[in-house]
Amino acid sequence: MTAPAIAIPKTTFFERVIRGRWIGKTFLILIALAAIWKIFISFQAGPVVFFQQVINGMQLGFVYALIALGYTMVYGIVRLINFAHGDVFMVGAFTSYYAIARFSLNTWPEFVAPGLPDWLSILIGVVTVILLSMVVCAFLAFIIERVAYKPLRTAPRISALITAIGVSFFLEYFGALPFVYTSNFVTYKRPFPVQNWAISAEGITRISAETPAPPQSLLISNIAVIIILASIFLVLLLNFIVRRTRIGKAMRASAYDKPTSRLMGINVDGIISVTFAIGAALAGAAGVLYAIAYQQVYVFMGIIPGLKAFVAAVLGGIGSIPGAFVGGLIIGQAEVLSAAYISTPMRDAVAFTILVLVLLVRPTGIFGEPTSEKA
Amino acid sequence: MFKKISRDKVLFFGVSFLLLIGIQLLISAGIINNFWSTIIRLGAVYAMVSLGLNLIYGFNGQFSLGQFGFYAIGAYTAADITYRWVNEDSSLGLTVVLAVILLTGLAILGLRRVLSRIRGLDALSAFAVYLTAVLILGYVGLIVGKTIEPAVNSLLGVLPEALALQVVFIMAVLLAALVAAEISFLFGLPVLTLGSDYFGIATLGFTIIVKVLLDNSDTMLGFVEMKGARGMIGIPKITTWFWVFLFLIITVVVLRNLLHSSYGRAIVSVREDEIAAKTMGIDVANYKILSFVIGSLFAGLAGGLYAHINGFLHPNTFNFIKSFDPMIIIVLGGLGTLTGTLVTSFVWVLLLEGALRLVLPDGFETWRYVIYPLILLLVMLLRPKGLIGEYEFPFLRKVLPPLYIKKKASPDGNQLPTSSVDNAGTPEAAQ
Repeated sequence: MTAPAIAIPKTTFFERVIRGRWIGKTFLILIALAAIWKIFISFQAGPVVFFQQVINGMQLGFVYALIALGYTMVYGIVRLINFAHGDVFMVGAFTSYYAIARFSLNTWPEFVAPGLPDWLSILIGVVTVILLSMVVCAFLAFIIERVAYKPLRTAPRISALITAIGVSFFLEYFGALPFVYTSNFVTYKRPFPVQNWAISAEGITRISAETPAPPQSLLISNIAVIIILASIFLVLLLNFIVRRTRIGKAMRASAYDKPTSRLMGINVDGIISVTFAIGAALAGAAGVLYAIAYQQVYVFMGIIPGLKAFVAAVLGGIGSIPGAFVGGLIIGQAEVLSAAYISTPMRDAVAFTILVLVLLVRPTGIFGEPTSEKA
Repeated sequence: MFKKISRDKVLFFGVSFLLLIGIQLLISAGIINNFWSTIIRLGAVYAMVSLGLNLIYGFNGQFSLGQFGFYAIGAYTAADITYRWVNEDSSLGLTVVLAVILLTGLAILGLRRVLSRIRGLDALSAFAVYLTAVLILGYVGLIVGKTIEPAVNSLLGVLPEALALQVVFIMAVLLAALVAAEISFLFGLPVLTLGSDYFGIATLGFTIIVKVLLDNSDTMLGFVEMKGARGMIGIPKITTWFWVFLFLIITVVVLRNLLHSSYGRAIVSVREDEIAAKTMGIDVANYKILSFVIGSLFAGLAGGLYAHINGFLHPNTFNFIKSFDPMIIIVLGGLGTLTGTLVTSFVWVLLLEGALRLVLPDGFETWRYVIYPLILLLVMLLRPKGLIGEYEFPFLRKVLPPLYIKKKASPDGNQLPTSSVDNAGTPEAAQ
């Protein structure tokens, strides 16, 4: 007895193309190839300039990464795009501006202990300023969370989002009032002099007025070094807090399942406040570093970096700390390279283009885990 | 026999007609001065933008922040067409845009018929196919438009000058709407497959990209007359209250009829529960793109009208900070209500642009933006369902066939509760 023949439907070539989504894949591959080709061409045209741009991109990317961490933590725990986060970043920059330009806070070690070596007293001063900004931002975010977001915890999500936009506008325009900050660009006074090092075939040389940079050399400033080191330190610290401490454990639990965490005796509201505060502290530090690097503060300076940092967080997989970090680096790099090699105005556009392309391929972001929609 | 015309319909069209003619007469007679007439025209434009967004977000549940991008596209398209007609005395803009739009539109519609039969086609592949077709046919349209331009120009030259300008203006506004609709179709095709918040961010990115392109429209896009970040001037100021309000009524009626049709029910069902809608046999992706395209179409229409109010366009008008305005308007007015959106947009513009500017002393104009976030916060905290709630004008109210659950007396004498049908659903369900 033979088994009844099962008619296997013949798949045509066309059907296989459709099932395998080959048209879309080809399209994406073409875009990727074009991007790689462009990068390759730029690299060949001038490797030194290219690496210089990469370093600039790292500098920007680490700042984005710091802001993105706050977004990713907040989004991971309350599912809210905290539009006010970029303005907290702005407040951080302004706090440090006032601390340095008006109160000369960065010079306090010179008064207390004049005998200290120069670099140490500058270091302590700068760290004090960054810490001050972090504390101010954390406190601000704590208040914002208590006043604006907490009453809306049970409301539909759009209400919280609109509230976030409202808080963001309030911070911007309140800051723009003539007696608060100003609505003008303010030049930022760096707390320490810029020092460049040149890396070339002859080795590393220190650049000063007498010794100009040798031709074909990479310039690395102490600002880039400080930004990169400070960011890495803060990210490691954050990682430690989230992975190793009780608060971090409570945060992860609340992000995973709020009602159950509550049953387990976790003070979820408190944890949410702490999350906001930690994220804002990182944004405050990022604000100081950004202001030091680009020497300008402005009440609306937070919007675009804030959005790009959110894009970075989504790109890396929202809710994931390494994801936010990598996403920030990618966005910073893409922005600087496109500004250098495609066209300067497109720097704001490229981040969003990358976001859409990545989300189409991997809807959860690079490091994101597939989440089941919770009710 | 004539169909019976309902009282609501008579009331709605009567009041609209009175407003249309009455306010136009008041403006013409100079009783409403220039300042206030600009404000109310702006209010109507905002109402159209917000109604479009309400269709996308309030009724279909797609969190879009890209409305101002399409608004900007519409404004610049219409402005360019009339600018060329007035200042260069040519219908080049009109004919080229017309040819391109007709050809690409036909291509999209034709491809849609073909592609809808192919099962399992993913959005990205479809996007690639559409994009290729649109680019090729757009180029063909460019050539066709340039060749038939002298003929159209002489044809329009036959008309008296004022009438020709009006014709060009109306054509420009309609074409602006179609341009916005086609771009939104191409953009929405891949992006609508993203999740809700990601879609919001992607559309926000779209607004930013449009603004960047407009900032460099003279250098990067090659439209010298748009003057990039310096702002486009020399657009004829021909948007009268009559035209704005007429288009607003058309918008309202189209939206009302759409939402009361089976299409509308499908659109709302996508908002309520995508999975349930899918199981009922509703093509979710199709309805998402339908509402996105129609919503953007109205944004483009509004943009075309806006361009001819002040005769001046600046990319900063379409800054993405401003792009939160329609979102805030529809949330304040109540998601998924047409009346709320209509009323709130007029109140919004009258208050923010009109009244507060007059009431507050000089130098305190910046205070507007300090006060209004606070009001926003208070409203969100106290009335999260919107100021007006779910009230609708009688004409716009959805007349659902009553659900016949017969009132049977249960044995103990209590009546079974009759099920009531929520006319617009709850905003929470949009999440």
